[in-house]
Amino acid sequence: MAEGGSMAQGNQTRIAQQFIEAIPHARALGMRVDALGAGTAVISMPWAQHLVGDPRSGVVHGGVVSALMDTCCGAAVMAHPSGPSSTATIDLRIDYMRSATRGQRITARAECYHMTRTVAFVRAVALDEDTDNPVAAATGAFTVER
Amino acid sequence: MNRREPLDQIKSRRDSALSALVSGVPYLTWLGIRFDRRGDELTAILPYDEKLIGNPMLPALHGGVTAAFLETTAIIELAWAAMWEDMESGRIVPDAAMEGSLPRLPKTIDFTVDYLRSGLPRDAYARARVVRSGRRYASVQVEAWQDNRARLLAQATGHFLMPQG
Repeated sequence: MAEGGSMAQGNQTRIAQQFIEAIPHARALGMRVDALGAGTAVISMPWAQHLVGDPRSGVVHGGVVSALMDTCCGAAVMAHPSGPSSTATIDLRIDYMRSATRGQRITARAECYHMTRTVAFVRAVALDEDTDNPVAAATGAFTVER
Repeated sequence: MNRREPLDQIKSRRDSALSALVSGVPYLTWLGIRFDRRGDELTAILPYDEKLIGNPMLPALHGGVTAAFLETTAIIELAWAAMWEDMESGRIVPDAAMEGSLPRLPKTIDFTVDYLRSGLPRDAYARARVVRSGRRYASVQVEAWQDNRARLLAQATGHFLMPQG
């Protein structure tokens, strides 16, 4: 049972990775689907010089974190058991708590914590290797197409 | 202000300061964002590129690209407004080749984007307005559009921590 579940989950993650790779911008940022669950998603991407927003510190631009959070939140909506056919961002708020460390991978974890027929409510955090201190937090509302 | 300063000298000072500010940020270059200047008014331009697509079926721009475009527009506007006086008086001469000559950029505290329309696969434009700029904190409002100025693609508000010292 547990094994079957993890196989099904591995399969779903692989399908999600193919889905992500079909998105030009997600591919351009090197995004990777690490896990998918019922209304949850974990997506990560590597640090790169061309994504730097502050040349003095080598810290990636906030916009990069936005793109990762947005993609991860959208993936969490799509992974919801109610099976939406598509979704789009209505609004997304990001709180930047600290700078992501130069050279480290950034991982977003998103959870769709409430779903109506037409709207999904999502929250997410972005982490680098210091997983006890989030880099950023996000909350958003997404459209749901049935 | 020197009323008799030659026009080409004024334009070249402002354009080179702006270009130094923008070219100092690798991510702006990667996204292809440019800034158009009329006096001190800036308009950010995001030329269409295939790598900006988030939904290949429609196709539509990636929501993260829209957010990044708005956020960079806000940061550059804020840094530009903050350095205007020093640039005009000649106290600072920003030069992309000299890292120390560039003003330190404001840091984003929070940023909220309202997505109003799906982004078409064509150029986008944005303008930011500094609503309030204090010694430490600033509040900025940004609007982005594509074909029609009145039909907004997205709008955003953000709070920023101003560089100290």
